[in-house]
Amino acid sequence: MTMNLRVTPASRHGRARSRTGQLFVTPYVLFLLAVFAVPLGYTVWISFHRFYFTAPGTHVDSPWVGLSNYRDVFTDPVVGRAFLNIVIFLVINVPLTVVLSLVLASALNAKIRFRAFFRAAYYLPYITASVALVAVWQFLFGSDGFVNHLLGSHAPDPSWLVNSDLAMPMIAFFVTWKQLGFFVMLYLAALQNVGKELYEAASVDGAGRVRQFLSVTVPGVRPATTLVVIYAVITGANLFSEPYLLTGGGGPDHASASPVLLMYQKGIEQGHPDFAAALGVVLVGFVLVISLAARKLTERGN
Amino acid sequence: MLRRTAYSLLVLALAGTATACGKAAPDPAEAATARGPIKIWLSNNAQEVAWGKDMVAAWNRSHPKERVTAQQIPAGKTSEEAISASIIAGTSACLVFNTAPASVPTFEKQNGLVALSDFPDGNAYIEKRGGGLTGQYRSADGKFHQLPWKSNPVMILYNKKIFRKAGLDPEHPKLATYSQFLETSRRLVRSGAAKAAIWPAPSSEFFQSWNDFYPAFAAQSGGKQLVEDGKPQFDSSAGRQVASFWRQLYAQKLAPQEAYPGDALNDGKAAMATVGPWAVSAYKDSVDIGVVPVPTADGTGGTYSFSDEKSAAMFSSCENRATAWDVLKFATSVEQDGRFLDATGQMPMREDLTGRYADFFARKPTYKAFARQAERVVEVPNVPGSVDIWQAFRDEWTKSVVFGRQSTDEGLRKASAEITDLLQEYGDPS
Repeated sequence: MTMNLRVTPASRHGRARSRTGQLFVTPYVLFLLAVFAVPLGYTVWISFHRFYFTAPGTHVDSPWVGLSNYRDVFTDPVVGRAFLNIVIFLVINVPLTVVLSLVLASALNAKIRFRAFFRAAYYLPYITASVALVAVWQFLFGSDGFVNHLLGSHAPDPSWLVNSDLAMPMIAFFVTWKQLGFFVMLYLAALQNVGKELYEAASVDGAGRVRQFLSVTVPGVRPATTLVVIYAVITGANLFSEPYLLTGGGGPDHASASPVLLMYQKGIEQGHPDFAAALGVVLVGFVLVISLAARKLTERGN
Repeated sequence: MLRRTAYSLLVLALAGTATACGKAAPDPAEAATARGPIKIWLSNNAQEVAWGKDMVAAWNRSHPKERVTAQQIPAGKTSEEAISASIIAGTSACLVFNTAPASVPTFEKQNGLVALSDFPDGNAYIEKRGGGLTGQYRSADGKFHQLPWKSNPVMILYNKKIFRKAGLDPEHPKLATYSQFLETSRRLVRSGAAKAAIWPAPSSEFFQSWNDFYPAFAAQSGGKQLVEDGKPQFDSSAGRQVASFWRQLYAQKLAPQEAYPGDALNDGKAAMATVGPWAVSAYKDSVDIGVVPVPTADGTGGTYSFSDEKSAAMFSSCENRATAWDVLKFATSVEQDGRFLDATGQMPMREDLTGRYADFFARKPTYKAFARQAERVVEVPNVPGSVDIWQAFRDEWTKSVVFGRQSTDEGLRKASAEITDLLQEYGDPS
């Protein structure tokens, strides 16, 4: 069977526009391939070989080892601890981030005094370097820090950041505080799209502020909530500088180690890029699964 | 047409990237006899940099066609990471005067080092200069891939002012035995003279054991390395005594479990530190220091300590290796070693330092103890998988000794088993 397609002036025009569009996106596609697809493919390749970085121009065998690196990753108790740490982090950080940022954004969306000041104040930690914020946190929660001075004999022993039960929650609270301004901004933008007439209608129906918040605001910003949750999950899965700086490279007995921190330690410090690559691939899968689950959860009922 | 253009661009981009990454290494046979300008890297210690610049100026005056350019090692978390990255990129200097022996097996594995034994007079020069101490620096293949250059034998430095404040005699401190050390530490902390008696980093980085466990183990065991003859040595009476001693320091809050974000001795937060002679000049204006050997259980040992040695090494990216070898010998000559000692207080890896450089030790007697200690130092074992081995040890140390989450005996036993596995794994790459 043959089909006779007639090329009309309109479709010719559309094809030309399409070519122009392709031309414009080509540099970005090339950029994506060079900095994302190629390294990702190379990482997957490394993860199936015995591999280490060598001086250029020297030949070293990189034999195929199948799933050996993955077996090492899955049987390493430190890796298991790092993923458990991430789960602890997400359980604390994600709900706290969503609730706090939505409540604060709703408050900052109202006509209150010093609104600009408060918006800037919440955003400030997000744009400040982690190293500087870590110094503040250590001043507060170090064993000789301000909080322990206040608590006196009630201070935890070992102290907050070297306590294997408290180290990871402390990091989760730290990151929540640091990132809050960014998520507040996201919600503030989303709140501009919630129609005022919905609040008016709810008010006419007798809904109070809490009911309006639950029945109008929360559903109205659901797409933003999905974005916030996925972004928070990705941030959590990519934790590096906080455990590295705040708890001295992974905390007591790896109590605050993260998979990315382990990738750095194994791949760079200990010279096992093959193990680090396999761990990276596993982490990508972990993030995908968690993100998809979070999306399903937040978009439920749409 | 457009699609073909896009594909062509993509191929060009990837080929360009690959070419840029794949800098060719110099031919080893040609490079071995080649002469010409070279680059060297120095550590970022101010005194060392000053010595390095003077040494380079002296060389350049008499070798205008083989000019040496010196700079500090590029910034990184550690020198070893910066050097490792430069090996991979093919950008390392010809000579690096700050190579940690623990990283040498890794650098070898990366094909990053030139075997100094391959120079006709390589072995003879290294052995003559270093004497009996050089044997620890041979690699598994029997060759020298590093020239043992300088040591910083670890001893106990203490702040006399803090000792005085605690009512202790700063000229005759009781620090020789474990029980004396613990009693002195308790008095230092409980008197409020210092927050900590001693404050080594309790964190999990593989190299931190060189500041707490290893000097004490070298002293207690009479000079054993972590691994000897392919077997871990620390799951022994000496190792258990050392671990128990440090566990008591942490459990009694005499050593904090949290890392200090700075120099605790210099800041007056700790009364003592385990450091090498480099610290004498670093602290001279801020701390009135005293020096004693690392303690042992009964105070009768104490003859050995960890060397905290740094080597000089030649890297495979070097194109003018004949010049580099001559510069290496010039920089480690008797005269330059004397200048280095004078400028930095660090000990060149030579025998009979006090006899050879008598003038220096007469002028600066504080360094005599370090010079004597430098003749009895223990190096990290030069075995494949060295970093992994130290990391395995450190993980169990922090768990058992620093945080007391398992017994110290169990920690040492587990570390020994893990290291035995690693030694077998690295010994049998198949």
